[in-house]
Amino acid sequence: MEKPQYEKTTEEQRAYAIILDWGMKLGFVLLLITFAVYMLGLVPAHVPVEQLPYYWAMPAKEYLHAANVPHGWGWLSLTGQGDFMNFIGIAFLAGVTIPCYIRILPILLKNKDTVYSIIAVLEIVVLVLAASGILVSGH
Amino acid sequence: MKQFYQSKFFIFCLVTLAGLTLTTAALATTEPTTTAVITTTSSIPWWGWPLMLFVVCFFLGIVAVLGGVGGGVLFVPIVGGFFPFHLDFVRGAGLLVALSGALAAGPGLLRSGMANLRLALPMALIASSSAIVGAMIGLALPTNVIQTSLGLTILAIVLLMWMAKKSEYPHVPNADALSTALRIHGIYHEQSSGKDVDWRVHRTKMGMVLFTGIGVLAGMFGLGAGWANVPVLNLLMGAPLKVSVSTSKFLLSIVDTSAAWVYLNQGAVIAMITVPSIIGIMLGSLVGVALLKKTDASIVRKVVIIILSLAGTRALLKGLGIWN
Repeated sequence: MEKPQYEKTTEEQRAYAIILDWGMKLGFVLLLITFAVYMLGLVPAHVPVEQLPYYWAMPAKEYLHAANVPHGWGWLSLTGQGDFMNFIGIAFLAGVTIPCYIRILPILLKNKDTVYSIIAVLEIVVLVLAASGILVSGH
Repeated sequence: MKQFYQSKFFIFCLVTLAGLTLTTAALATTEPTTTAVITTTSSIPWWGWPLMLFVVCFFLGIVAVLGGVGGGVLFVPIVGGFFPFHLDFVRGAGLLVALSGALAAGPGLLRSGMANLRLALPMALIASSSAIVGAMIGLALPTNVIQTSLGLTILAIVLLMWMAKKSEYPHVPNADALSTALRIHGIYHEQSSGKDVDWRVHRTKMGMVLFTGIGVLAGMFGLGAGWANVPVLNLLMGAPLKVSVSTSKFLLSIVDTSAAWVYLNQGAVIAMITVPSIIGIMLGSLVGVALLKKTDASIVRKVVIIILSLAGTRALLKGLGIWN
């Protein structure tokens, strides 16, 4: 009799997969809904769609200045606008890995898997740092 | 006869893709000049570009699956070379396209045991850290430098794809000390043979060093990194091909996350570019998966190499100011 597939994976791997699956599905649904709202014009956009060809040809730094778009997490203040509403889904998808790591950390600690616990903590720090907006550069 | 029609359909897809890219290239040359006043005089309405982007991404999604490459590596040079979007936004969208594909595939690959968390986590930590550095460098350098480097990188990838061999079950006589200490080994069920395959890896230190460079390139060019992950995991470290491909795909969900945040926080994401790209690639990938069993993968791979060669050359010439 063939062994079930889950016996070939570790507890933390299965736990990671569950959170990733839910997060990914929720993120895509959010993305589709907010984009539909944007495309249907149900909510006015911060940058009028007919002006987009002017903005999308310029570097990101110039675009932020020209379109009066805030830096870093400042887009949160614009989520009531059709275009920046999409950032909720985008940010959700970009952030879903962090709760996956948070989920597996107690399992790794319980199993006294010290090295991987440290790796998981460091990865959370790296991802939070990347998401924080502290790290900036520009041309 | 059936194969004849299937190959005809595939050729139709590729011809359409080539036609669309050429059309967009022609239209890109008539892109409006920007002035201090916000006026755009384009030969096509504003919605034409996102619509074409969606269609191109749909076909890219099909070709990417059939050619065994990630969407990001096709997306950035093709869209960056033939659409009027600034490379900052193309790279931001490219990372999110690669990330979305990896997120969608990740749960299934982890559950099946094809992707291995113990193999992925140390590599992901290294690559995601260096991807942040890559993203910061990429956004700091002048556009023409990035464009030229992108062209050279794509052409190097073409060379790698052309020359690199793959090994279904690499011979690993002994696991190295580091992989033994980290307990990087596994077992997966091979459906074609009906057997369980035990595997282990070696040359872990060298793999980690290479993942540092892979992360920098992924962040700098928004390419995803499956093209580099797989050879390192499979040929260098000796993981079975299926484990390498699956773990590589899952790795992207972590590596591209860190770089994507840098692009997002620096304003290099425009929803009208990013979302149609993600949806187009995802839908195309679904069609690609359905066609996977019916097409000759080796022919598709050769066509992908040709497309990438053209896109890489275009990026290089654009960066050097020879073909704008």
